[in-house]
Amino acid sequence: MAETAELKEIARELRVDIVKMLNKSKSGHTGGSLSCIDILTTLYFSKMRLKCDDPKWPERDRFVLSKGHAAPALYVVLTRLGYCCTEDLMTLRQVGSKLQGHPDCKSLAGVEVSTGSLGQGLSMANGIALAMRLDKSASRVYCLLGDGECQEGQVWEAAMAASHYKLDNLCAIIDNNGLQIDGAVKDIMGIEPLREKWKAFGWNVISANGHNFESLLSAFSSAEEAKGKPTMVIAETVKGKGVSIFEGKVKYHGTPPSDEELILALKELGEVV
Amino acid sequence: MAQMIATRDAYGEALAELGESNKDVVVLDADLSGSTKTAVFAKKFPERFFNMGIAEQDMMGTAAGLAASGKIPFASTFAIFATGRAWEQVRQSIAYPKLNVKIVATHAGITVGEDGASHQSVEDIAVMRVIPNMTVIVPADGVETRKVIREIVRYKGPVYVRLSRGKSPVIFDDSYSFEIGKGVVLKDGKDVSLIACGVMVYKALQAADVLGKEGVSARVINISSIKPIDADLIIRVARETGCVVTAEEHSIIGGLGGAVAEVLAENCPVPVKRVGIEDKFGTSGDTDLLMEVYGLTDGLTSENIAKAAREVIKRKHD
Ligand SMILES: Cc1ncc(C[n+]2csc(CCOP(=O)(O)OP(=O)(O)O)c2C)c(N)n1
Ligand SMILES: [Mg+2]
Repeated sequence: MAETAELKEIARELRVDIVKMLNKSKSGHTGGSLSCIDILTTLYFSKMRLKCDDPKWPERDRFVLSKGHAAPALYVVLTRLGYCCTEDLMTLRQVGSKLQGHPDCKSLAGVEVSTGSLGQGLSMANGIALAMRLDKSASRVYCLLGDGECQEGQVWEAAMAASHYKLDNLCAIIDNNGLQIDGAVKDIMGIEPLREKWKAFGWNVISANGHNFESLLSAFSSAEEAKGKPTMVIAETVKGKGVSIFEGKVKYHGTPPSDEELILALKELGEVV
Repeated sequence: MAQMIATRDAYGEALAELGESNKDVVVLDADLSGSTKTAVFAKKFPERFFNMGIAEQDMMGTAAGLAASGKIPFASTFAIFATGRAWEQVRQSIAYPKLNVKIVATHAGITVGEDGASHQSVEDIAVMRVIPNMTVIVPADGVETRKVIREIVRYKGPVYVRLSRGKSPVIFDDSYSFEIGKGVVLKDGKDVSLIACGVMVYKALQAADVLGKEGVSARVINISSIKPIDADLIIRVARETGCVVTAEEHSIIGGLGGAVAEVLAENCPVPVKRVGIEDKFGTSGDTDLLMEVYGLTDGLTSENIAKAAREVIKRKHD
């Protein structure tokens, strides 16, 4: 269980890996990977029970990256945990790579289910949570969604089912960065009032600062205490967080850092170039 | 070297032109308007453009409602989401009532490239073709795309148009006229017929050149109208050349190859070889490299179309 200062340093290093791998692949999703990396860092390095040398350990906690385009964030985490090697990072999105453009559970250990088509992850997380209950397992399942992703109808079908089945071993998180591809979420297809919607669907809803480790840790802890209903952590985030030229910019949803941008990014992230 | 145009770019321009001449044309997208190029229309006619957010099923249902009220909706997103995610909405709300919705999907096939299997539809022709009342068109280049977009507005009923992400060589000149249900012979030949659609048409023409150097005379046919299909033309070329190769950037199950095989099995059973993706998912990678890789295993290269041609010619003589 890492301390918050430690988490901060891990997240900084992971951001460095993300911008480097995306610059190398010349393709991929910068903004949404940087906006969720603090959430993944908190979960994987302080919250989830895993055995890195045994990816299929039955007692492990599970993570579902429903917003599968943020695969780089998941890949740098799994690499740091030893599920794949550092050299693999630089093969992102290339022919034959374990690191597919969107997470593929057949090609990389540690990826629980394949995602990439938005809106489908929460249903799969529900299935995992139901199976855990049948197996009398004490494990928990976490599922990360995008705010734009909440426009998919299936998300709300799953929302209904999770509370109907009282899946208190499920904790979902929304990376509430306010942006999607064509623009701001509020301009494309408004999803507010988000908190009230999830509440109305029977969830325990917690607000958190998605870039503050204490805030995230306390949200995940109170999720564990909530009984009889699933928990939604609405994490306020900034798309492209950590590199000011990417922050809050729609353009960097699916644009990788150029060589010049990489240098600026590494400087800002405190790497000596 | 032929001029290179992405069919999605041709679509964006044609759609914006159409908006000018036909005020009933309305456009829907699902948070991909920059990629599908409907953004060109959106900029010109913001009041007739509806971004439905990341909600493809809702987009198709809304398009059905607009069509039921006399509008001519064009609904666009990536091919996998238009035909996969929203398949039953397309079937129930659009095709069954035979509503005038034009589903124009981009980023079809493995030429999507780096995004990988989740975004590469290799099944869309099959799942759209099987729906009653649905017309299915796969343009071969930018010029044909423009003609197709103009033509399908004149036709009343649901249409699925399959477009690509990447730039591809221009085959047709502006004198070409597209007709729903009609194929065209692009090159004459007597030993084998190469029947192709989409990005594989240019490769079929290249294959014919390769074969020509070996003294094999290959006929090349563009079948952009997969449904209704030009059965008369397919039967005629099969009869005259005695064997057929089909080529498509799609699964060999249920796509162009399947449609041609259905026609020939019942009317003129000649040796057929289907070139396409052999019952598997796509993968991430650079588009050109992927075509090479799938070329090695599945034959998506001109060299492999030529190889398939040699094989069916041999079978014809066996
Ligand atoms: C079903 C589906 N439709 C469309 C897409 C294309 N797409 C990829 S990312 C994205 C926007 C996602 O926005 P959001 O959920 O807010 O993610 P984030 O801002 O965290 O990147 C879209 C539309 C997709 N992957 N899946
Ligand atoms: Mg977002």
